Amino acid sequence: MTDTIRDAVKAFVIENFLFGDTGNPLADADSLIENGIIDSTGVLELVAFIEDRYGITVADSEIVPANLDSLGRITAFIASKTAASATA
Amino acid sequence: MCGFVGYFGAVRDGRALLERMTAAIAHRGPDEQGFFTGPEVGLGHARLSIVGLGDGQQPMSDASGALTIAFNGEIFNYVELREELQARGRRFRTASDTEVILHLYDEMGEDCLSLLNGDFAFAIWDARRRRMFLARDRMGVRPLFYTRQGDRFYFASEVKALLQVPGVSAQIDPVALDQIFTLWAPIAPRTAFRDICELEPANLMIVQDGGISTRPYWSLGYPDHDTPSRHRDEREAAEELRALLTEATRIRMRADVPVGSYLSGGLDSSITSALAARMVPGGLRTFSVTFDSAEHDESEFQLEMARALGTQHSAVACREGDIAAVFPEVIRFTERPIIRTAPAPLFKLSGLVREAGLKVVLTGEGADEVFAGYDIFKENRVRRFCARQPGSRIRPHLFRKLYPYLPGLRQQSAEYLASFFGANGHSLDDPLYSHRPRLDGTAATKLFFSGDLRASLGNYDAAEEMASRLPEAFARWHPLHQAQYLEARFLLPGYILSSQGDRMAMAHGIEGRFPFLDHRLVEFAAGLPPEMKLKGLVEKHILREATKDLLPPSIGKRSKQPYRAPDSASFVGAGAADYVETALGEAEIGANGLFNPKAVAKLHEKCRARPASGFRDNAAFVGILSTQLWLKTFTGADSQSSKAA
Repeated sequence: MTDTIRDAVKAFVIENFLFGDTGNPLADADSLIENGIIDSTGVLELVAFIEDRYGITVADSEIVPANLDSLGRITAFIASKTAASATA
Repeated sequence: MCGFVGYFGAVRDGRALLERMTAAIAHRGPDEQGFFTGPEVGLGHARLSIVGLGDGQQPMSDASGALTIAFNGEIFNYVELREELQARGRRFRTASDTEVILHLYDEMGEDCLSLLNGDFAFAIWDARRRRMFLARDRMGVRPLFYTRQGDRFYFASEVKALLQVPGVSAQIDPVALDQIFTLWAPIAPRTAFRDICELEPANLMIVQDGGISTRPYWSLGYPDHDTPSRHRDEREAAEELRALLTEATRIRMRADVPVGSYLSGGLDSSITSALAARMVPGGLRTFSVTFDSAEHDESEFQLEMARALGTQHSAVACREGDIAAVFPEVIRFTERPIIRTAPAPLFKLSGLVREAGLKVVLTGEGADEVFAGYDIFKENRVRRFCARQPGSRIRPHLFRKLYPYLPGLRQQSAEYLASFFGANGHSLDDPLYSHRPRLDGTAATKLFFSGDLRASLGNYDAAEEMASRLPEAFARWHPLHQAQYLEARFLLPGYILSSQGDRMAMAHGIEGRFPFLDHRLVEFAAGLPPEMKLKGLVEKHILREATKDLLPPSIGKRSKQPYRAPDSASFVGAGAADYVETALGEAEIGANGLFNPKAVAKLHEKCRARPASGFRDNAAFVGILSTQLWLKTFTGADSQSSKAA
């Protein structure tokens, strides 16, 4: 399941922030901020994508780099949130 | 104020060439034209008559005929200089400031520049020494471009005049493009045009015996960090500032035609308007631009200030579609790609002044550089404050206070705020520390560069080149002064005074005058302690103190509202201009080869779907569109038809 999430997130990031540019491979641990891929508006676009795509709500306190600053972190965050909402 | 052109070298049909070159910049001087030719030398001039209306025609020669000048701009202290020259026995034939320069050069040679207080670019043909002497004002208000063709040297106030020279063609300089997409402007002497250069501000040039030499005659500097300032008493400093600013304004009101004033509603233009209004009791005209969007509009403050001063106020509205409508013309005048649309409303504003029958306006430009008004100075301070306590969850909240007008920041956590501004990640030893977030954020637009463009640039780093241009003393300056220098030395002449300043005003034959850039005021402000300029997080503190009796409290205490205009939103949505679709279409993007067509198509689509995109997307959109328009205007069919005309 995480592979599916990861692929979907990666596709969103490449399409929306890299505009299809796959010249520089994006590794799971690469920081989206430090690599100039995402800015403050971009973070909110990412949150909107996650909420729309996965039917979850991201709390303000969860909008932190620890959850959203790399493909790996985003994938883990979504997996955790969807698992929590499934068991709720 | 005017425009001029010229050459030095064996040129065939020199007079005809001068006429073509001068015609290309006729907008700068619609009142009259003049020409001078001699053996292997020529000067042309398009005049906007402001001082010495009846006898200031140019090019102007001295009584001996050995010196001939073509001059663009104003020498504001020409009255005092003329009196001193007359006291030394010099006889004048005109009432113009132009003749003052000729006399001073005759007496002092290039050292005459140290006495000039003004906004100027000029060329003096010195027949005795067979040399061309060129110079440009200290801060870079007036432009001067040049190029060589073999052993022939050509110069002009705008590049479009140089494109009239046989053999000179417009080609984009890839390095300049990289600089624009990183620093917002090329680093002089480089311009957007390959092989066409700009004389740097505060520099002189001598062309003689087939060689060209340039050197600075003035430089902006700040005291060493650990040197006690001579300005310890804030009240005394405020009084001295007020006297200097009043004098700077007074001599900038000198003209044989009425002088008006821009009024943005912010602190700086309110101050210059207030000082000017006292010098033209009941007679000052003020001019503003308004916006439909509340996010950009300041008309409430403009009207309040105009009422308080009793000026005759006029405003031009910048409505949806207006920026797109004028943008191709704007690029024809900026002569360089730009990443913001902010020049476009100023193009409309200068048109309003022209319609009102005025030729000269004061502006408040320069105060933010001189007295530390920009948000980037506060950002620098907050980033350094955060860096002292990495991981603090409290300190980064200050970033939100800096940018209340940026919706993307409002909902961000302390961790994200610290990350966006590199509060913990940049080296404090980096000479560009203050500007790194802006440089990195802007350079992210290069994502759209094509593979070919990237290959031609190789490992070129525009920020590194900027750092290489810093003076040796830079490392000893206070961090605020370092940041001020970066603004005043690069962005001010490269973008603010050029793309937003001279070029937009002169598009309609309007001369802007800048009291805050009087070099005596600039030098005084540079010597003030940093805390007098940026007090805590209150910008321009000493300027507010010095002028608080001039302004209503609502204006005097107002926080800096950056001048901005809608960017990508101006070009999408209902009624979007047809040329945008073509310019950003895959065919034209692909044909020009500078950008990735598929990525640009996705960007265009994203901006259409969500016009309120972030900084990177907006800057990329405007930068790519303006580059495409630049290519069409100067290298495409449009340029061919204008050359033939």
